[in-house]
Amino acid sequence: MKLNEFTIKEARKKLDDGEITSVELAKACLARIKEANKKLNACLTVCEKEALKEAEAADKKIKKGEKGMLLGIPYLAKDNILTSGVKTTAASKILENYVAPYDATIIKKIKNAGAVLLGKTNLDEFAHGASTENSAFGATRNPYDLERVPGGSSGGSAAAVAADMCIFALGTDTGGSIRQPASFCGVVGLKPTYGRASRFGLIAMTSSTDVPGPITKTAADAKIILEIISGVDKNDSTAVKAPSSANQHKIPSGVNGLTIGLPKEYFIDGIDKRVKEAIENAIEKFKKMGAEFKEVSLPTTKYGIGVYYIITPSEVSSNLARFDGIRYGYSEQRNGSAEDLFSIYSKSRGSGFGPEAKRRIMLGTYALSAGYYDAYYLKAQKVRTLIKEEMDNIFEEVDCLLTPVSPHPAFKIGENSSDPLKMYLEDIFVTGASLAGLPAVSVPCGYDNGLPVGMQLIGKRFDEEILFRISEAYEAETGWSKTKKLKI
Amino acid sequence: MSLSKQQIEHIAKLARLDLTDDELNKYGGELSRILNYIDQLKEVDTEGVEPTAQVTGMENIFREDEVKYWDKEEIKAALKDAPELEDNQVKVRRILD
Repeated sequence: MKLNEFTIKEARKKLDDGEITSVELAKACLARIKEANKKLNACLTVCEKEALKEAEAADKKIKKGEKGMLLGIPYLAKDNILTSGVKTTAASKILENYVAPYDATIIKKIKNAGAVLLGKTNLDEFAHGASTENSAFGATRNPYDLERVPGGSSGGSAAAVAADMCIFALGTDTGGSIRQPASFCGVVGLKPTYGRASRFGLIAMTSSTDVPGPITKTAADAKIILEIISGVDKNDSTAVKAPSSANQHKIPSGVNGLTIGLPKEYFIDGIDKRVKEAIENAIEKFKKMGAEFKEVSLPTTKYGIGVYYIITPSEVSSNLARFDGIRYGYSEQRNGSAEDLFSIYSKSRGSGFGPEAKRRIMLGTYALSAGYYDAYYLKAQKVRTLIKEEMDNIFEEVDCLLTPVSPHPAFKIGENSSDPLKMYLEDIFVTGASLAGLPAVSVPCGYDNGLPVGMQLIGKRFDEEILFRISEAYEAETGWSKTKKLKI
Repeated sequence: MSLSKQQIEHIAKLARLDLTDDELNKYGGELSRILNYIDQLKEVDTEGVEPTAQVTGMENIFREDEVKYWDKEEIKAALKDAPELEDNQVKVRRILD
């Protein structure tokens, strides 16, 4: 087994036992990045020199007997998470040369835990998309089939973890952007509860649903990262301490006796046959492990996409107003072609933003404009209330929900890119948990013609614990994480 | 519903986006299609339902309004990306004529 193929837990043990060094581990990952990135385009920036320096420092600390869960573990971060001194582009031309003057809170926490930053990963520009094709710096490819997308928007992070270019990666999830690429790339992707981890230093997209989270090789690794990035932050007042009652269940441990809900609106016609089979096999496996299943109904599910594509563009149009060519980023003021203030704004934004960012800014501006606010934005917020209440209430009946992540495995590059509405419908099973702010995880559960299939587990607010409990038991039983057959 | 070219131009102006004619045409069609899909929300009965702007249920959180001093390096790093500086301040074009 190559060093870069280790999970966090495996690497931790080898580092602590003195069998390997952090420098060796970082070098193995960097070598794999060099080899695989030409084909995958998963990394936008690789900071080899800085990484090796950090790894050397970690090795010294380990030698001195210092402990830390991530001490000396190399990772990659999605390029919409600010890293002091290392470029953060959001995969947009408007931030092509932007270097943040500070670290995001989660980067600071990961750094304090000793992890080594290898570089930054590709995404759909400003995290707008479900395929990573919307990057201004070229699409990322799926390591299981180079003609296919890795999903998105955290496609670079998911592809990099699947291809063992790092030990773990960070992503962000606004309406499926961690879970869907994790499912397309056969890795574990956790979207924590909204408010579990600080958003400070994430390039804001939809502030009411954005959450950072881990993309890892196992559920146990995701749990390690969540513990480190969680917690209150004076710079993000929506980050809160989880109530201690959140993870209490009648069954205190194991899967035997748990009740898992199957929302019938997530098991509809049009789901790929083999995806359905993989999910059904997982359900059978859980039944053998003693879990009970209950069909439940979430009738407002069908309005999720409609609500999401009003609320998201509205918040996007507001959040992206800061890119105005005045303080940082691409600016027409630099080349003197724009004379007055209005032209600096409109020309910098017109040249700097890509097509999907512009589309969402336009849609959001319209939905928030005078005369349309009530019909679109306010209406969507009210339907959001119904979606949230319905999902919250379901956890009176069940311990968690199980659904497919996506109706099909990874699609071909270019297949959906000419039809924005079709691309939006990709999010059908993942927007609900985002709009309700609930934790959800994508866990590999099989293959469809060699392409990974993921199942989604959704828990009640702040109950990531049940998701880890079930995913870890499932991994131990099936061993999917050890079965991958990459094309690279 | 279908958006006219005039409406699209108006939205682009509100959004401070300089768009080409091709872009105006393209977004006009695409936005109309997306809005038609979103119109399904009209069928949901939301009588008496409160809107959800955020899911935490939290109320305003206040902090002291105090000046925090940055060191020279931090100030340099923050100003480094601005297109035009004068006396260590970001220079902008005239706002009022």
